[in-house]
Amino acid sequence: MSDAILQVRNLRVYYGTPGNPVRAVDGVTLEIGESEVVGLVGESGCGKSTLGRGILGLLPDGARAAGEVLYDGRNLVTMPQKAVRRMRGPELGLIFQEPMTRLNPLLRISDHFRETLEQHEPNLTDAEVRRRSLETLGRMGIPPTRFRQYPHEFSGGMRQRIMIALALVLRPKLLVADEPTTSLDVIVEGQILALLADLKNNFGTALLLITHNLGIVAESCDRMAVMYAGRIAEEGPVREVFAEPAHPYTRELLRSTISLDTTALHSIPGAPPNLIDPPPGCRFHPRCPSAMSVCNQLEPIEQRLEDGRRVLCWLHGPSDRIPPGGGRPLERDAIGVADEA
Amino acid sequence: MKPEAAVTEVAPAEGQPLVSIRDLRTYYSIRGSFADRLVGREGGVVKAVDDVSLDIRRGEVLGLVGESGSGKTTLGRTILGLVRATAGVVEFEGRDIAHLPERDYRPLRRRIQVVFQDPHASLNPAMTIGQAVGHPLQIHGIEKERTELRRLVAEALERVGLAPAEQYLDKYPSDLSGGQKQRAVIARAIILNPVLLVADEPVSMLDMSVRAKILELMLELKRDYDLTYLYVTHDLATAKFFCDRIAIMYLGRIVEIGDAESIYADPKHPYTRALLRAIPEPDPARAVPRDLPRGEVPDAASPPLGCSFHPRCPLAFEPCGWESRDLRDILEARWAMKAGEAGVEEEEALFGDLDALSAPATSVSLAPPRGRSAEEMLGVLQRIRDEDSEEPFWKGVRRLEAVDGRLELDFHEPHDPALGRSGDVEVACHLFNPPA
Amino acid sequence: MALGRATKPIREASGIARVMFWSGVTITLLFVLMAILAPVISPYGFNQYESNGHRFPQLAHPSSAHLLGTTVQSVDVLARVIYGTQTELEVVAIALAMSLVVGVPLGLLSGYFGGILDRILVLIMDAIFAFPYLLIAIVIAFVLSTNSSIGGGILTAAIAITAAYVPLYFRVVRNHVISVREEPYVDAARALGARPRTVIRKYVFFNVVQNVPPIATLNAADAILLLAALGFLGYGIQPSQGAEWGYDVSRAVSDATNGIWWTGLFPGLAIVLLVTGLTLVGEGLNETINPVLRRRRFGRFEFEPVPGAVEEAE
Repeated sequence: MSDAILQVRNLRVYYGTPGNPVRAVDGVTLEIGESEVVGLVGESGCGKSTLGRGILGLLPDGARAAGEVLYDGRNLVTMPQKAVRRMRGPELGLIFQEPMTRLNPLLRISDHFRETLEQHEPNLTDAEVRRRSLETLGRMGIPPTRFRQYPHEFSGGMRQRIMIALALVLRPKLLVADEPTTSLDVIVEGQILALLADLKNNFGTALLLITHNLGIVAESCDRMAVMYAGRIAEEGPVREVFAEPAHPYTRELLRSTISLDTTALHSIPGAPPNLIDPPPGCRFHPRCPSAMSVCNQLEPIEQRLEDGRRVLCWLHGPSDRIPPGGGRPLERDAIGVADEA
Repeated sequence: MKPEAAVTEVAPAEGQPLVSIRDLRTYYSIRGSFADRLVGREGGVVKAVDDVSLDIRRGEVLGLVGESGSGKTTLGRTILGLVRATAGVVEFEGRDIAHLPERDYRPLRRRIQVVFQDPHASLNPAMTIGQAVGHPLQIHGIEKERTELRRLVAEALERVGLAPAEQYLDKYPSDLSGGQKQRAVIARAIILNPVLLVADEPVSMLDMSVRAKILELMLELKRDYDLTYLYVTHDLATAKFFCDRIAIMYLGRIVEIGDAESIYADPKHPYTRALLRAIPEPDPARAVPRDLPRGEVPDAASPPLGCSFHPRCPLAFEPCGWESRDLRDILEARWAMKAGEAGVEEEEALFGDLDALSAPATSVSLAPPRGRSAEEMLGVLQRIRDEDSEEPFWKGVRRLEAVDGRLELDFHEPHDPALGRSGDVEVACHLFNPPA
Repeated sequence: MALGRATKPIREASGIARVMFWSGVTITLLFVLMAILAPVISPYGFNQYESNGHRFPQLAHPSSAHLLGTTVQSVDVLARVIYGTQTELEVVAIALAMSLVVGVPLGLLSGYFGGILDRILVLIMDAIFAFPYLLIAIVIAFVLSTNSSIGGGILTAAIAITAAYVPLYFRVVRNHVISVREEPYVDAARALGARPRTVIRKYVFFNVVQNVPPIATLNAADAILLLAALGFLGYGIQPSQGAEWGYDVSRAVSDATNGIWWTGLFPGLAIVLLVTGLTLVGEGLNETINPVLRRRRFGRFEFEPVPGAVEEAE
C-alpha cells in the first residue's frame, strides 16, 4: 500500500520460559494505511494483544521481538528503547481495556492533560494547552465544567473517553486500542465505537482496533485481520471477509458468533493450541472441518486472492506445492471435551 | 442422580408460579465520606432493586436483561438469599423467603442454585474438582461415604460433559480451561438436583467459540432435569436465543417484560429499543447508523426524577420527570460540543459552574454573575432552544422567564411510570401508559 | 497431594530465591542439630565451672581444653553457646506456636465476620502494634517474673515475645481474609449452603495460610533478636535456668574493655548466624510464594531464520 503509515513485516514476539519459548506472535505481516481503521480480531490466547504491544515496543520482561515494524521509514524493533519511547505519545498512541490504568487517581483531569502536553510539546502556552485539552475532551463529550475533576468522579465510560482524549490530544498518526470497550456496557460501547470510527474525520488518526468481538469489527473497521495461534489466518476488507470468509477459522468463528439472527448454536470443537509447541503444519488443522492431509504436514503458504485479501490456508493453494494425495480429507481422532477451551 | 426424597416440600398448586416476587426492594446504604459524616450528612441509599414484581413460571427460562446498575445481579442475589431484601415478598413454592434468616434458608439451597459469571474465580483454588463438586452433598449431609460420594460426583461430571470423569476428579481448577471450569461449576450446581437455577452471565467471560457449547449444555440439562432458569445477562443476543420470557431492567426497575418473541419483534420501551439497536451486528452489509441515546446509566444513589431513563430518551415528554440536572446536562453537552469555539467561554462564565443545578429540583432559580443580567441568561437558553427544537428537554419546561433579576424555570410535574399492559407485553413508560 | 502442591513453588524456585532458601535452611538445620545434640557434643554443662574438683580457669584464652575460652565465672564459652542454642530455639518455637494459635484464628474470625468484633479486635491489636516490640516484651517479662508463679524462665520469655507478635499475624491474616472474602468462590460456597465455619475452614483458610510461613520464619529471626535483647537487659532467662546468648553478651561488655574478646564474640556470632539463617529461609520463602516478588526465570532463546515463507505480490 502506497500510503501505509505502519508496515509490520514478519514480526515475531516470543516469551521466554524455563523451557522452549512461547511463540505468541509467529510471523505476522500487516499494514495500516493513513486514517484507516483496521480490526485485529481473535479469541483469547491468539496473540493479538501481544501483537498490539509488540508494535509499540511495550513488551514485558522476558519477551523479545524480531522482524520489522516500519514507521516513518524506521524499524521500531531495532530502534533503541529511548527513541521508541519518545515516539509513543505524539506518533503512536495506546489505549487499554481498563480505563483507570493511565489515569492517576490523585491528579485532576486538567493535570493529566497538562503533563502530557508539557512532556511532548513544551512550547505551548498555558492557554493553548487548556484550549487544546478542552477541545479534544469536548469532541469526546466531556464538558469543560468537569475539566478540573478527579478520575473517580467519572463513570467507566467517561473515563474511557478521557483516556482516548489523552491519547488523541497529541494528534498521533496511529492509535492502538486494545479491547477498549470490553468492560463497558453495550450502549456506552456503541458510543465509544462511534467516536473511534470517526477518528479519521476529526483527527486524521489511523486506528488498530484489537478485539474478540466480531460485531464491532463489522461496524467500525475498514479492513480486518483474523488472528489464530500467533499468525494471521485471513486479512482483507471487512465486507469481503464477512461475506465470504476464505479461511475455515474465520468461517467457523462467524458461525459461532451469537447475534440477534442466530437460530442455531454453533461452536468450534477443541481449544486453541499450545504456543510453546504448536501442532505441525497448519495450526488450525486439529479443529478444522475442511482439513486435508497436507495440512498436518506442511505449513501453509500465504496467498493473495483477487480481491486483495491474504489468507493462510492450503484450500487456496498454491496447488503446485501440495504433494500428491495431499488434497484428501485429513483423518483424525474425534475431539473430546478434554481438549476443549 | 439420586431421586430426591429427603426434602419435604409444599406441593405447588397447578399453575402456581415457582417464584413470585411482589414489591421487592433491596436497598444498600452507603457510608458517606468522612467529611460528610463530620457535618452530619449521612451517606445516601442505593435502591438497587426498587419495587420489582414478577413471576418465574415452572420450566421456563426467564431472562433478566440490563446494563450495570440495573439491579439484575442484586435481584438474583436476593432470590438466592445472598443479600437480605429490604422490603417486599419473594415467594418460592408458596413460601416467603425474602426475610428468612440464613439458618432457615439453608435447606432451600438444595432447590435453588447458582452459576456465577467468572469461571476462573468460582472454584476454590485449594480444592480439587472432585472435592468442589462433591462438597454440596457433604454440606447438606446427603452422602458421607467416600466411594459413594465419588461415584455421584463422577456421574455429575459426566453429565456436564467432563468425561471420562476420572481425568478431572483430582485436578485443580488451574489445570482446567475456562469452558471446562464452567462445566464443573454447573456440575456443582446441579448435583443437588435443584429446581431453580440462577445463571448470572454464565457465558460472558468465555470465548465465542465456547459459549455455544455451554449454552447447549444448559438447555440439555433443563430438558433432562426439568429445571427452571433465571438467566441474568446484559447480552440481548444470547438472551433472545435462550429465553422464553424477558424482563428488561433499568436502575432497579423493570421497564418492560413479556414473551421473548414479542419483545424482539416489537420492542416498546425506548430503552429496550436502544439496547437492541446498540448490539453490534456481525454483518457489515447491514450495519446502519446506530442513533444511540446519549449519556450513560446514572448514579444509582441519586437517580433522575420521574422515569429514570428520561435524560437519555429521545421520545421523552412532559410527565417524564424533568428537573434541574437535565438543564445542567444540556448546557454541559452544548459546551463540550462547542469547546474551543468563539463565545462559548462567555456563556460558561455567564452560568457559572452549575453547582446550583446539581441537586434535583423541579424549580430552578439562578442568579446572574456580577455585572450580567438574568435577561442575558434567558436569551442564551432561548437561543439554545431555537437551535434545537427537537430536544425533548424543552417539552418538560413549563415556565422559562427572567423575574426580579433571576432566571427561573419550572418543570412539569414528574410522574414515575408504572408497569402497565400494552399489547402482549408490560411496559413502564408514559408513552404507552400515560399518567392520569 | 495438597502438600505436594503446596511445596511446588519451593521445588521450582530458582536463582536467588533458591540459593537464599537452601542456604538458610542449611544454617538453621545446623543450629537445630546443635540444640538437639547439645548434651552429646558440648564438652561441659552450661553452668559448669569445675570438673573433678578443679575449678576451671577464669577468663581463659581459647585453648584445647576450652575451645572458645571461659567466662569470668569459669564457665566454658563453647558450652554456653551450644546450650544457648537450645534455649533460643525452645523459646522462639513456643512463642511462635502461641502467636500462631492466638493470632491466626483471631485474624480469620475478625476478617470474615467483620462488624463489632472486628472493630474491637483491630483497636486492641493496633494499640499493641503501636508499641515497640521490645517495650512490650520487657513489660510482660517484668510483670510475669515478679508477680506470677510462672517466674522468670522460658515460658515467661515466650509469653513476652508472643504478646509482641500476635498483632502481626492477626493483621496479616485478617487483611488477606478480607480480600479473599469477596472472591466469587467464597460467595459460591455460601450459595451452596456452607456454614460460616465450613467456609472459613475449607474456602478461606487454605487460601490465606500460604502467607504465614514466610512471615513466621522472618518472625522467628526477629524473635531471636528480641530474646537476646531481653537477655541483654536482664529480663530474659535467668542464668541458672539456661544459657542465653544475650545475657552472655551483656556480661561480656565489661570484659571487652579489658581486652577479653572471646566471651562476647562467640555468643554474638551465634546470634548473627542463626538470625541470618532464619532470615534467608524467610526471604527465600517470600520470593517463591509471594507472586508479586516472584521473578520468572526467562529462558534465553534465539529466533530461527524464517524459511522464506511469505509470498507477497508487492
